[in-house]
Parts: sequence; C-alpha cells; structure tokens
Amino acid sequence: METRKPLVQSPNGAVDLSNEEIARYSRHLIMPEVALDGQKKLKSAKVLTVGTGGLGSPLALYLAAAGIGTLGIVDFDVVDESNLQRQILHGTSDVGRPKVESARDKIKDINPNVEVVIHEEALTSENALEIFEDYDVIVDGTDNFPTRYLVNDACVLSGKPNVYGSIFRFEGQASVFYAEEGPCYRCLYPEPPPPGLVPSCAEGGVLGILPGAIGTIQATETVKLLLGIGAPLIGRLLLYDALGMSFREMKLRKDPNCPVCGENPTVTELIDYQEFCGIPQAQAAESVDELPEITVSELKEKLDAGEEVALLDVREPHEYEVANLEAQGAKLIPLGDLPHRLSELNQNDEIAIHCKTGGRSAKAVKILQDAGFGNVYNVEGGITAWSEKIDSSVPRY
Amino acid sequence: MPKVKIPTPLRQYASGNSEVEVGGGTAGDALGNLVEEHPDLKQHLYTGDGKLRSFVNVYKGDEDIRYLDGQDTEVSENDELSIIPSIAGGSAGGRCK
Repeated sequence: METRKPLVQSPNGAVDLSNEEIARYSRHLIMPEVALDGQKKLKSAKVLTVGTGGLGSPLALYLAAAGIGTLGIVDFDVVDESNLQRQILHGTSDVGRPKVESARDKIKDINPNVEVVIHEEALTSENALEIFEDYDVIVDGTDNFPTRYLVNDACVLSGKPNVYGSIFRFEGQASVFYAEEGPCYRCLYPEPPPPGLVPSCAEGGVLGILPGAIGTIQATETVKLLLGIGAPLIGRLLLYDALGMSFREMKLRKDPNCPVCGENPTVTELIDYQEFCGIPQAQAAESVDELPEITVSELKEKLDAGEEVALLDVREPHEYEVANLEAQGAKLIPLGDLPHRLSELNQNDEIAIHCKTGGRSAKAVKILQDAGFGNVYNVEGGITAWSEKIDSSVPRY
Repeated sequence: MPKVKIPTPLRQYASGNSEVEVGGGTAGDALGNLVEEHPDLKQHLYTGDGKLRSFVNVYKGDEDIRYLDGQDTEVSENDELSIIPSIAGGSAGGRCK
C-alpha cells in the first residue's frame, strides 16, 4: 500500500466516535488502512460536491455513508422527472423540490451524523473562493464547461484538490487535478470547445448507470486523499467505456506554460468563465444573424387555418418514435442527412422546421437558407414547446 | 495499419465507427488520412487554419502526442492513437451564471 500525506490530520482526541458510530463504521474500523484513526479523519473532513445530479448523487450517498463529517452541496436546480433515470439522490416524490433539499433529506436518512451544508446558489467567480475556503476537497460533478473551468481555477488558486468526473452517453472520464502535486484541468484542456460543437447530456443523452460508475470513482478518490492511502489519480486520466466495458488510463503532465498552474501564470484571479467559454459571443452571433422564427401558437393557427405549411422534423428517428407531429404532417429528415436530401423538399414551399427544443432546427434553417430556400423558419422551443403549450398528449422527453 | 480510437461524441462523424484503421507514418498523417476518409470529422478535429483543436487531445498509447513530437510523432503498424475530447456532462445543477 502506497501512503501519502493525508489531507486531514489525525484529529486524535479532538474527535470521538460514539458507540453508534463505532457499530456503523465497523467494516472500516477492522481494516488497518482506515481503522479508528482513519474514521476520525473522515469525520473531521469537509468535502464540497458541486452539483447534486448524476455524478453528485452517488458521490454524496457514498461519502455520507462512509462517514464524511461535513458535506457541502452546491446546486440551485429543482428536481425534474427527467433527472430520475440517473440522479439517485432524488426520488419521484421529490419532483419540483429544490435538489439541495431532497439531497439533504436523503443524506440525513443514510447517515444522520453527517453535517450537511447547503449552498443553494450558482457557483460564480464572486462566491467560489469563499465557498471553497471551508473545505478540504472539492468534487466536480457539473455539466458544463464554464463551471468546470471555474472549479479548476478556484481549486488551483486555493490550493485544493479537484476530484474530477465527466460523462457522455456511454463514456466517462475521471482524474484528480491537484496543482500542488500534478497537472490541473487546464494542463489537459487549455481551452473549452466553442459552444454548440460538443453536445451536452441533455442533447446527447447518457446511460443512467454511467454516472454511478464515475461518481463512485470520484468518491473513492476523495476518501483516499483524505486518508492518505493508495495511489490517487493525480497525473492520470481514467477513461471508462461502458459499452466495451473497458478502463484505460492516459498519462497527464503538468504544462509548464499552463495559464493558471504553470511557471508564469497569467490567470491569478477568477475570470468571467461564460466569456472564456465563448457563450456571450455565440449568443451575440445568433442574435445578429437572426433566423426567421415562429412560435408554436402561430404555427397552430396557420395549420388550423389550412395554410400550406410544410412541417419538417430534423430530429433522429429514435426520437421521432418517442414523440412526433405526424398528425400535423411532419416529415422526418435528421439534421445530419439534410444536406444530402434537399431534393426531397420544395424550394418554393413555406417550411416550418422543428426539433426537440429549437437548436438543431436553427441549424437546419441555415442549411436550407444557404441552399436557396426563401421561406423557411424555425419553430421556437421545438416539439417540447408544442407539448407544453398546444397538445399535452405529445410526450415530453 | 495503426488504429485510431474514436470517442463517442465524434462517432457520428465517422460513420459510427469506434475504431478506424488508417495508414500514415506520423500521427499527423494518420489523422489526415482519417479526416480524408471521414470528412465530417475535420471541423471537429482541426481549426480553420489546420491546427488540431485545443480541446481535442491525441494520445499514442497512453502518451499525449503534445509531449512526444506532436503531429510528427512516429506511429507504426501496431500503434494505437486515441482521440480524447473534453466532455462536460455530469449533473444539471451547479451551473454557473
């Protein structure tokens, strides 16, 4: 067993375990790698989980069960039905509740000894360093690039380890970014992808069980760091492929030119991460380049009035199977096939294009405009808006 | 021939393949051949001026080619190149505003 300096010092007499706790943690106490001293370290440890969603759920559940003394949770979302497929901190009866509340109740039920600190707010450049200050380890379970870079930079600036996990469809990544001892997230990826190029889980989907595998790896790394046992994922990127059921490992190096943890850092305080990730520019580009749009109500009126509007659905066939506007005459051509299938459409038709929420259909409008179609518009909010405002019998997914 | 492993988010641009065999004596050649065979991949791997995008890392075996000879890194018959893009998925919460 490799040993390293634990993140939490041995509390000795400063922390005691009750008889109830001794019984609860007996499987830890009989292992020499944890034992009474290690369990006291866990009890005096403070861990912050950013996000209580897919990754945050297994993380918080296992860390609570393992006896982490203080668990901070950052989230400002409310529980939605579409979360329940993977976010096991929250149950069906929690739909509509703030996630931090259902998370607290679940954690307290598993282990009432855990002190839960709720941060029901978005993590921002203004509050991150102050929030991080009270914790020994930060665990990153967020779903977007601005927050990932924010968590990374705030961890580097405050000298704390960032236990990283990320998921997409059937694949996951995990690592420990700890600039004091190895590379940070920016050493691996100096810049984020431009908005729109990499799909999110909401757009691309994710196997519900996948965050369970990655989140428990993050929880394992957290406990190892706190106890100072084993070989952490510092300087290694673990890749998990659920379909191939394989783990691979890549070497990570500290980049001497890293703008935040390198030899001559240029990022010495937290910056505007939306700006860094190009989100305002992307939004500005969208609004300058205004696409013709139609609301679902306007579309309904046109259809009801018998106007000849061709309805084009650019989602994937498996999405069409879940919900569609076939009754309204929708024709399905997935976005990826559209450039090759333009001949199936009439240039002179009035065409309303929809997808799930309006992103892909906006791209389709551009494709048709560029191909010389003059009368095409984007259905705002897509089939989701249709379901919400026009016909609730169309399932929302 | 050397193999290039394609990650999930990029498979849709590589005819659904998770692994593609490509010719080429260097990492740059191999990737060039890959995008020639699957042109839709190009804009995801390269910037407009032909540089590998900074959120796409390429590994030979378990080594980042940035720390070998970059695009000039030699690849031989049994080598495996992996494309590892940054992914952000995790939880819907904790988003920064």
